[in-house]
Amino acid sequence: MSVRRLTTDQPEGFAFSPENLTWAEATLKKYPEGKQASGVIPLLWRAQEQMGGWLPEPAIRYVADMLDMAYIRVYEVATFYTMFNLAPVGKYFVQLCGTTPCMLRGSDELKKTCREIIGEPGHVTEDGMLSWIEVECLGACCNAPMVQINKDYYEDLDGEKLAFILTELREGREVVPGPQNGRQFSAPLSGPSSLTDSELYAASIESSAMDPALMNAKAEKDGEEG
Amino acid sequence: MPKLIINGAEIEVPDGITLIQACEMAGVEIPRFCYHERLSIAGNCRMCLVQVEGMPKPVASCAMGVNDLRPGRDGTPPTIYTDNEAVKKDREGVLEFLLVNHPLDCPICDQGGECDLQDQTMAYGFDAGRYADNKRAVEEKYLGPLIQTYMTRCIHCTRCVRFMTEVAGVEELGAIGRGEDMEITTYLEKGMMSELSGNVVDLCPVGALTSKPYAFVSRPWELSKVESTDVMDAVGSAIRVDSRDREVLRILPRINDAVNEEWISDKTRHVWDGLRTQRLDQPYLRKRGKLQPASWDEAFAAIAKKLDGLDGKRFAAIAGDLAALEEVYALKELTEALGSPHMDCRQDGAKLDPSLGRASYLFNSAIAGIDEADAILLVGTNPRIEAPIINARIRKRYKSGEGLVPIGVIGEEADLTYPYEYLGAGPETLGQIADGSHDFSKALKNAKKPLIVIGQGALARTEGAGVLALAAKAAEKIGALTDDWNGFSVLHTAAARTGALDLGFVPGKGGKDVGGILNAAEKGDIEVVYLLGADELEVDRLGEAFVIYQGSHGDRGAHRADVILPGAAYTEKDALYVNTEGRPQEGMRAIFPPGYAREDWTIIRALSGVLGKTLPFDSQSQLRAAMFAAHPHLAMLGQVSPAGTDALHSLAKTEGKLNKARFQSPIADFYLTNPIARASAIMANLSALHAGADPGATGTDG
Amino acid sequence: MLADKDRIFKNLYGLHDWGLKGAMSRGSWDGTKEILARGHEEVIEEVKSSGLRGRGGAGFPTGLKWSFMPKESDGRPNYLVINADESEPGTCKDREIMRHDPHLLIEGAMIASFAMRAHTAYIYIRGEFIRERERLQAAIDQAYEAKLIGKGNKNGWDFDLYLAHGAGAYICGEETALLESLEGKKGMPRLKPPFPANVGLYGAPTTVNNVESIAVVPDIMRRGATWFAALGKPNNTGTKLFCISGHVNEPCNVEEEMGVPLRELIDKHCGGVRGGWDNLLAVIPGGSSVPCLPADQCNDLDMDFDTLKELQTGLGTAAVIVMDKSTDIVRAIARISYFYKHESCGQCTPCREGTGWMWRVLERMAEGKAEKREIDMLFDVSRQVEGHTICALGDAAAWPVQGLIRHFRHVIEERIDQYAAKPIPASVPVAAE
Repeated sequence: MSVRRLTTDQPEGFAFSPENLTWAEATLKKYPEGKQASGVIPLLWRAQEQMGGWLPEPAIRYVADMLDMAYIRVYEVATFYTMFNLAPVGKYFVQLCGTTPCMLRGSDELKKTCREIIGEPGHVTEDGMLSWIEVECLGACCNAPMVQINKDYYEDLDGEKLAFILTELREGREVVPGPQNGRQFSAPLSGPSSLTDSELYAASIESSAMDPALMNAKAEKDGEEG
Repeated sequence: MPKLIINGAEIEVPDGITLIQACEMAGVEIPRFCYHERLSIAGNCRMCLVQVEGMPKPVASCAMGVNDLRPGRDGTPPTIYTDNEAVKKDREGVLEFLLVNHPLDCPICDQGGECDLQDQTMAYGFDAGRYADNKRAVEEKYLGPLIQTYMTRCIHCTRCVRFMTEVAGVEELGAIGRGEDMEITTYLEKGMMSELSGNVVDLCPVGALTSKPYAFVSRPWELSKVESTDVMDAVGSAIRVDSRDREVLRILPRINDAVNEEWISDKTRHVWDGLRTQRLDQPYLRKRGKLQPASWDEAFAAIAKKLDGLDGKRFAAIAGDLAALEEVYALKELTEALGSPHMDCRQDGAKLDPSLGRASYLFNSAIAGIDEADAILLVGTNPRIEAPIINARIRKRYKSGEGLVPIGVIGEEADLTYPYEYLGAGPETLGQIADGSHDFSKALKNAKKPLIVIGQGALARTEGAGVLALAAKAAEKIGALTDDWNGFSVLHTAAARTGALDLGFVPGKGGKDVGGILNAAEKGDIEVVYLLGADELEVDRLGEAFVIYQGSHGDRGAHRADVILPGAAYTEKDALYVNTEGRPQEGMRAIFPPGYAREDWTIIRALSGVLGKTLPFDSQSQLRAAMFAAHPHLAMLGQVSPAGTDALHSLAKTEGKLNKARFQSPIADFYLTNPIARASAIMANLSALHAGADPGATGTDG
Repeated sequence: MLADKDRIFKNLYGLHDWGLKGAMSRGSWDGTKEILARGHEEVIEEVKSSGLRGRGGAGFPTGLKWSFMPKESDGRPNYLVINADESEPGTCKDREIMRHDPHLLIEGAMIASFAMRAHTAYIYIRGEFIRERERLQAAIDQAYEAKLIGKGNKNGWDFDLYLAHGAGAYICGEETALLESLEGKKGMPRLKPPFPANVGLYGAPTTVNNVESIAVVPDIMRRGATWFAALGKPNNTGTKLFCISGHVNEPCNVEEEMGVPLRELIDKHCGGVRGGWDNLLAVIPGGSSVPCLPADQCNDLDMDFDTLKELQTGLGTAAVIVMDKSTDIVRAIARISYFYKHESCGQCTPCREGTGWMWRVLERMAEGKAEKREIDMLFDVSRQVEGHTICALGDAAAWPVQGLIRHFRHVIEERIDQYAAKPIPASVPVAAE
């Protein structure tokens, strides 16, 4: 954790888009009456998404007002949780896991790639497309080394693969997230060493079709549509 | 009553206390930083770790309830060690960690000499640190004109954050970031908008938050310390006045659980620079329309000349808000000796009348009684600016009652730092409470100890007497007047008021009150007016009257005066005051009055001699003896003599005129309520800050 | 090796349908109503006798934990909170449950809530798991739609399940910090007592369980405690998801029996240690917070709570970080130290100041820029952090350092000697971070 500061260049104000406002109102219903402060993280996060990946100061006040919280309390939350970016980030924001399991499998090489292609951590490329930072364990250690780009995890990387991904994204092409070495999620690379007994899945389609729960749900849904 | 064995000695302690309190009861000192009796428990500094037999880890004694400890298998009481090697090592460890990132800049730190970290490091620390890497440096934060920050020194105990959130009720301080980069700040470094903010300086166990106006002024060991009583409002907070040579350098709170616990308002704390400026340090005489310096003899002679042969009924005296008992008593004796019934201490025109009985003007529940009140109605008062300490007490009650204590307000709808039900603006609503027709009456009636606080905003009006009677009626109706509870409480704003009412400094038979005196002076019916530190009135309505002003500061009264008699401020005399509860308390002299200024009662005594009406006391003890003989309860220093409820029952039976005007707090600006405060640059700064102009804000904290 | 039929996580690798249909075909939501019909106490008893120990790291018996919840309400609701804040370095198992078999978790949440008389449960998922959150929410929506959960559902126990999330704070995996975060505050652990079972979420009785602990409950209830208890070893029963990362040929997640030998785990599922078993340097057996074990202690190592505890380490989350002989072990542990410094909430003095201190010393030691006496000092500092804080993050920061010094002191000393012999010229000083 390093000292976290709001960036100096702030927008005039902030307000949720109509869709996000509707979403926020629904989200707050998850919590008991009077406990709407529980929604502070989700709301700040939504504000960050709306702003293209960073949380401006007016949004802190906006969310605080919405939740009837003191500004300082929301400010505390925004600075405590490191996923809140207090300054703008690139359109593709790379969070590179550098913790030991990834380090053991080559995250240093990924950092080098990021430095070459993007620059120093926190720097946004001139075209506004890319920025990166090193983060702590992202919880995909069996697929190390890996990065998170916006919402997606790109796993089983090396410098070359990451360079390819960054280039593709920058040039507007999609890259399928997940393991980049062809494996099935976190199964062993050469194929699952377990769960190979086909008996396990014998009960497949017919039994589920028979299930009354599903039948009901389907019937009700059909009913609504009809 | 759980039993504990602390360092081998068995002790029985009350239920519900924490281990740190139990240790204190056993006479065992436990070092601490984050723990504070009057704040919530944070348990974060880890300095108070002790060893409890059977527990694998050392235990934070501040956070461990004695009832949560289990006896040993063989039934021996929980066994606690605070003095063994393990605990010693734990403490050394914690202190070493605290000092890892502490700058150790004691020689240039204002906290030096009264620093918890310094003291505890000496007592419990190791002689040298082992940390060899770079230390953390933290940017300073702007917290307003009172608090200087040196955030590198902060040990993150969060006392300041907890105080502001819990006691002051102003959620402005917080700890941003996390881990070793956690920092205390306000939102975007705005100055703190609280009347109690200065208390965080006392609470800060290190030199991270220090007093800005006191910065680099003095070392604590150079100061003379005098225990005294505050006069900035009618609460009478216990204070300690620290001075060096001829100057008061700072004012700190003393603990008095019955009154201010251990908090004081920012005005009480920081008014001291006002003691140095605008001072009246010698007598003045108006000659050819201009005030000219004069000797005491000349000043007295001028007064004697004016009064010579004057009908006593053409003389009037008004006592100001800061006057002590002694001078009020002396002035009353002199005024009566001159044959005048015209005297008044109610500058604001509050319709309080000692003839209705003491209970009609006291804060009968006592301040500590707020802790027990289970429903509160505020009438015509904004306690946050009239008596911040009492407001904090109400907030404390709101918190201890977990928000279930109903609080209603009739009058101004202000931010009081706790939620309340707004009932209405004026006497009509109070009438509905009195006749039981208002919804809120039920909450009051259901309460065992309902409390009505009546402010001067309800009483300082033409029909104030009617409001007072109506409030008594309401109190009776809701059951606030019982044998063991008197929930009729008048909140005064002036330190002098209760005492002066006790002494009967009100119009005698055929006498005029403040309004009457001003009218008569305007018309020329009253020719001489004696203002005893009275500045809160419309002095330009004194007409052609010859005005004698006795006081400490060149304020409104002095500007209008024909003769100025320089008196002593509250820090410059031994004097008695009675607070809003009716509690006589002693103020002590910390320094001497400046120049030719004198203690106030001696001025009146000397003048009486010149006028040939020599008052029968030659010393303060003689004066007090005479005063105590006439008013025995005033001799009970520090104690409240309950006034009973009879007077209120009688009052409730009376009917007075009422009008519909809304109640309005008599205080427009908390920071500028008296001549000393108006002379203070610090108060002026705070006043400006609260008016919306933040002089030091940096915009963003980029 | 655990037989496939005894596996609980049948879609661990996402080869099959994650949705309700697929989950049902694998046995989920089968007879849930009948399970609930057995009564609150019966469910708790079944879980107790299965021997299930919490899968979040501490290994506290789950059924016992449930039994602490009040049986009669004093007006406050009971809550179940599911800890999906999976952030312990090395650990990536709950993620697979949530994205590939979410209905295991949802049904488990229903049964656990019923057992503890809770009508509301919250799942707190770490903020970074955005896709997992979307998937889990979709599964919850399916369950609502099929009236398996919600008010007036067909299982007969009114039950609302909400998904909440964090935003980047490892400490929120600590149960009371999680509750604080769920209440909209900074994730700072609370003082205990009071324990969450008395005063938890919104001041109400609350139990916090790990995702995996909850997800195995439906199978325990359906197949019986005896089936579960027969797997593994006494006091270390059942199956467990192991996450093997680091220097193995094929890192993977796999479900195995508790007590599976480390070597079997690595050889059978992970294609062996990179460069062969003899190339093994050390293993961190239970996530970054437990001390490492040197290779010579790994040969006949059973992976269960009690065995590892005897070796002064722990099973933790069963996240096995394997390090071969190419590893700079000092740097590897220094990086873990940095992690704890980064994630310390800053509340308690020893952790706030001690984590940074330990990291800085280790960074220097990784270069050799230290003195040998500092090794003992570092150990002593770690001891002053350990056990002196409100939560276990202090312990978690101290243990890897202690493990390093205990087993690899000679490496640090050699590094110091090398540096002393040929010091690298001091580079331009840079700020700490």
